[in-house]
Amino acid sequence: MAKIISDVVCPFCGTLCDDLEVKVSDDGKELLEVYNACVIGTEKFLHSQAEDRLTVPQMQDEEGNSKDVSVDDAVEYTAQMLCNAKKPLMYGWSSTNCEAQSVGHEIAELVGAVVDNTATVCHGTTLIALQDVGVPSCTLGEVKNRADRIVFWGCNPAHAHPRHMSRYSIFPRGFFTGKGHKARKMVVVDPRSTDTAKMADLHMQIEQGRDYELLSALRVAVRGNPLPETVAGIPRETIQEVAETLKSGRFVIIFFGMGVTQSLSKNHNIDMAISLTRDLNDYTKAAIMPMRGHYNVTGSGQVLGWQFGYPFCVDLSRGFARYNPGDSTSNDLLRRGEVDAIFVLGSDPGAHFPISSVKKIAKLPSVCVDPHITPTSAVCKLHMPVAFVGVEEGGCAYRMDNVPIETRKVIDAPEGVLSDEEFLKRVLTRVKEIKGVA
Amino acid sequence: MAEYLIKNGFVFDPVLGINGDKTDVAIKDGKIVKSTEIKNPKVVDAAGKTVMAGGVDIHAHVAGPKVNLGRNYRPEDKLFTYAPKKGARRMAGGFSVPTVFRTGYKYAQMGYTTVMEAAMPPLYARHVHEEMRDTPILDQGAYPVFGNNWFVLEYLKNHEVENTAAYMSWLLRTTKGYAVKIVNPGGTEAWGWGLNCNSIHDPVPYFDITPAQIMKGLMEANEALKLPHSVHIHTNNLGNPGNYETTLDTFKLFEGEKPNNDFGRKQVMHHTHVQFHSYGGDSWRNVESKADKIMDYVNSHDNMTMDLGCVTLDETTTMTADGPFEHHLTELNHLKWANTDVELETAAGVVPYIYSPNVKVCGVQWAIGLELGLMAKDPMRVFITTDHPNAGPFFRYPRVMKWLMSKDAREAQMDALKWAERVRDSTFLSGIDRELTLYEIAAMTRAGPAQALGLKDRYGSLTPGLEADVAVYDYNPETAEDPELIEKAFGNAAYLFKGGEMVVKEGEVVSNGNKKTLWVDAKVAENPQVQRDVTEKFLRYYTVTQANYEVNEKVFMKNPYRIEIDATQ
Repeated sequence: MAKIISDVVCPFCGTLCDDLEVKVSDDGKELLEVYNACVIGTEKFLHSQAEDRLTVPQMQDEEGNSKDVSVDDAVEYTAQMLCNAKKPLMYGWSSTNCEAQSVGHEIAELVGAVVDNTATVCHGTTLIALQDVGVPSCTLGEVKNRADRIVFWGCNPAHAHPRHMSRYSIFPRGFFTGKGHKARKMVVVDPRSTDTAKMADLHMQIEQGRDYELLSALRVAVRGNPLPETVAGIPRETIQEVAETLKSGRFVIIFFGMGVTQSLSKNHNIDMAISLTRDLNDYTKAAIMPMRGHYNVTGSGQVLGWQFGYPFCVDLSRGFARYNPGDSTSNDLLRRGEVDAIFVLGSDPGAHFPISSVKKIAKLPSVCVDPHITPTSAVCKLHMPVAFVGVEEGGCAYRMDNVPIETRKVIDAPEGVLSDEEFLKRVLTRVKEIKGVA
Repeated sequence: MAEYLIKNGFVFDPVLGINGDKTDVAIKDGKIVKSTEIKNPKVVDAAGKTVMAGGVDIHAHVAGPKVNLGRNYRPEDKLFTYAPKKGARRMAGGFSVPTVFRTGYKYAQMGYTTVMEAAMPPLYARHVHEEMRDTPILDQGAYPVFGNNWFVLEYLKNHEVENTAAYMSWLLRTTKGYAVKIVNPGGTEAWGWGLNCNSIHDPVPYFDITPAQIMKGLMEANEALKLPHSVHIHTNNLGNPGNYETTLDTFKLFEGEKPNNDFGRKQVMHHTHVQFHSYGGDSWRNVESKADKIMDYVNSHDNMTMDLGCVTLDETTTMTADGPFEHHLTELNHLKWANTDVELETAAGVVPYIYSPNVKVCGVQWAIGLELGLMAKDPMRVFITTDHPNAGPFFRYPRVMKWLMSKDAREAQMDALKWAERVRDSTFLSGIDRELTLYEIAAMTRAGPAQALGLKDRYGSLTPGLEADVAVYDYNPETAEDPELIEKAFGNAAYLFKGGEMVVKEGEVVSNGNKKTLWVDAKVAENPQVQRDVTEKFLRYYTVTQANYEVNEKVFMKNPYRIEIDATQ
């Protein structure tokens, strides 16, 4: 026999599906099967059951050999490292809950750290753009219930957000969208013929790195002004057709991803995409939404926002919060050698940062808090294995449209394995002792 | 807990009828007590100082998704405002949209202890609660928005008040909300299609109901539930020249209605930030004050309350669930526009705004806010707000008090306006000699809002038995002549007690207090139809499941304080 837990929230991507069902053994110790989730989400749940899972903290010596250490030793090493550093970097925060982020921020404030999340190599440019021009957006339910013109720009939900199209954007039959995908027009902008692009009514196979031009051309076309014969490899007629398609919709939504945020022109691309959305609001209703990656990178930006006023790369080292992308962003700090200790939680910079940054991490005192063995844990001095948030621990997470959902604990963590929050609280207590504050 | 005796202060308390008499205030076990009940108090010498109950803010946007969007998309708002960590205080910054820590500390420094978050989108209720949980010191509650909710629109189209009340009860419990907020009824739903409702009789697209029906129906449901606060309205047509007629039409909907509750609340409707709803003329060129018409109505109808929404002539960040208005505003000032439409429920917009003393319209707006306060006959029904941060940041309340209490101070500001003469021509302010007294200010900032919120048995007065929320200001009403002293003293409380704990000592925040979060649990008879409708809407139209919608008290709230009501009859 086994029991089924329903309404489980998937702690993988920013789609934050909350309709999963999980089969667990009667004693609640073993997770047997996962229903409704995509293949990535299913793997995340099942991975917590891996038999070779790490449960004991690992400390590397100078030759790179790992040995088991106690949790107390891990707490002590982390607290001493943060307190002794002049300017530690506390990076990640995107695959954990808001409660852990909050405790992390308190530590960062005490030790004068820089707090940065994965937006720094992801949608940070989006955040910069919306500081320039704002952002007209909506929740995913508005898309489901109203939207009849769907644009995917530089993103590939078929693989990166597998249930996005079925739950929210293309297929669902909502209140004013009873015909589902039959009454929706789907436009995809991508230099590759992706699986998402293959589904589109209109695929604009743009020349790589020409997003800014094409977005500008669309704004021109929306206004009915003349265009050159081709822009970014797209014929004028196609651009005009897309502009007309968008204008003739009742509700337009533009989803965009890494393809525009981290390609040439970065935040300027997003400025232009948001401005296009603004323009469309003169003709119909239009909204735009970033396809956030990690399931709670959005939450990190929110918690940083209400506690310090900025969504990422917050430098607390001067005693007050400073925000200056390009200066206080992780890769810039690492590559210029401006930080002297690295604390990573809920992210894998070892796999995603440039090698020049990863080399710096390898040379510095460093802690990686992660349930998995990752490229980051391989280069960090201390690897602290923790419970899986959303599987073995609950807590709040924010979906890509900023909607907060409380994740559920479905099984217990292996004995002796702390959650992110529990570990951070112990570090905080120790930091307070070292710093001599009540 | 420590006992305190606040000795020899000039006490102002409209509930007790104390008008500046030298009286002692005693505190024991978190409550105000008679002086005879304490044995070994710590004495606070308040000689030459003003003593009032802790301030109560009935309407401010201090927590939640749009507030945080305002923070995150305006890094410039943090320039020059950051204060480092010190003692009990976390580092804190921000001007028009301060961080949660600065919000708590700044209110405490003004002697405020209770602040209501004015608009909570139900789907984002967790976010609102997370921010309130992290806001130090203050007792808080939040008003979920109902005026564009699909359940409400569908029930009230057929005037199903009982079903509306049952849904209201469910939503308040599920989101841990405090009161029923209505923002641009119907208009924000219309904004889902880029449209609006500009009068209270404009039908809502598809739903075929008018704003008037929505507001009236919600009021009836509110009274059927006997809630502590009345419906809290921001009506249609905000911020447009000539809109005072819409405002009066809204007021008239409630004529003759009587409140039904056990909390001592006397109004059936609270209208918020009335300054934005009191414009005459038909364009920005000839916009003029209609404060006289508005206050004539308010003064002669005691079943309503209102707050001012005073413009403070600052650079600020506007944010409202009135989505179409924010779009209108960005078309006007071309500053960055953020908007979020929320499925089945509401929307919100955010746009920075500069109330410049060099712009005539801003001067007119500034004058109207003050006129409303100065024309008020009953200060227990007219409250000071700036609709923070829409008309100005909340920490300008002391400046608003100064203008209300001193004709010299407001004339000095009037003279400093670039278009002073034109502003004078379009408003009444320069012709008003009235200067409000501290007794009236205490009514407008404490006793009045506490009563309107149905919280007069907890807050707003120094009556023994109430929460020991007491502010002591370094202001001697017998000797002070310079109006600047008002602003200085009321922005820097000498002492503040919150729930009996000393939170501000000699002007410094020394404790993060022990905040409470208030919410209302109104029980109604089982209503299978509403239960079925809720289940159906979650299955078909929401993007979260019903089981993942409810705010978990234990995780998201600090010291939840549940107000229970039995409305099963």
